[in-house]
Amino acid sequence: MGLDTRTESFFTSRLDEMISWARRNSLWPMPMGISCCAIEMMAFAGPRTDVSRFGSEAFRFSPRQSDLMIVAGTVTFKMSHVVRKIYDQMPDPKWVIAMGACTSSGGMYRSYSVVQGIDLFVPVDVYVAGCPPRPDNLLRGLMEVQAKIARGEKPGQKEKIYVPEHA
Amino acid sequence: MKEKVLEKLNVRFSEVIESVNEFRGEMTIVVKKSKIKDVCLFLRDDADLKFDSLRDVCGADYYRPDDRYEVIYNLYSISNRFRLRLKVRVDESDLRVDSVVPVWSTADWEERETYDMFGIIFNGHPDLRRIYLPEEFEYHPLRKDFPLMGIPGSLPLPRK
Repeated sequence: MGLDTRTESFFTSRLDEMISWARRNSLWPMPMGISCCAIEMMAFAGPRTDVSRFGSEAFRFSPRQSDLMIVAGTVTFKMSHVVRKIYDQMPDPKWVIAMGACTSSGGMYRSYSVVQGIDLFVPVDVYVAGCPPRPDNLLRGLMEVQAKIARGEKPGQKEKIYVPEHA
Repeated sequence: MKEKVLEKLNVRFSEVIESVNEFRGEMTIVVKKSKIKDVCLFLRDDADLKFDSLRDVCGADYYRPDDRYEVIYNLYSISNRFRLRLKVRVDESDLRVDSVVPVWSTADWEERETYDMFGIIFNGHPDLRRIYLPEEFEYHPLRKDFPLMGIPGSLPLPRK
């Protein structure tokens, strides 16, 4: 059995690879659930589209303990200062998913009070389409963040990823 | 019930009532602005009418030369199961209306909302601040002359 060969059970890797593997498989989300998208975000953590398969089941309501902010909902100008403050409190490296139409572009709220896309004040890595997006679509967005980490990209810098509605 | 309300109001407030309108069973009474608090107090305290619940206070902007704004009070009498709508016309030159918070304390937030959206000032309100928009915002967005997409720079974003 394997017990006899334990002296040989090691492998070599780059330290960066190891850290990236650890990071991408335990992204702890900060649930920025502002409106109805948050309901789908809860379903995303629920048993049907079980996000713990991807290591992100530990939703933290403290920004100090999380490295992925899922902004789920309509961000008004008044709320934007809160979102930015929470983003600033998260430790680096931190990632942002803009979930849904409102968060990505203001959505149907073309109005004086709603920010027309959170990328006007926070760097966004992945945009997830839908109103609201299905939980499996958000899961795809999470996987895109994982792929970004695997490619060694820095948060909020390289090209944005757009997850279409029927991915 | 409608007749009783009108009868009682006509005894004490015949010169205060500007018009009475009924549409699909809903009664609306337009009242002189200066007497709105007295009318409300009477409607609440009268033993037969007992309008003990204020369901909503809101505003309207008709964007006309005279009496541009209206403040609308939706009352409900729980014991009589009767709804009544009161309206007050407010001219642009004098945006002050007496607060009804001393009559129904639930008017507090609703009058703050009307102030926030239309800029109508309620005399005697205990805490007349904006309720939705940031305190430093200078405009009243439900006025008809406010642009839909707002005034650029009036609501600041955080620094990127």
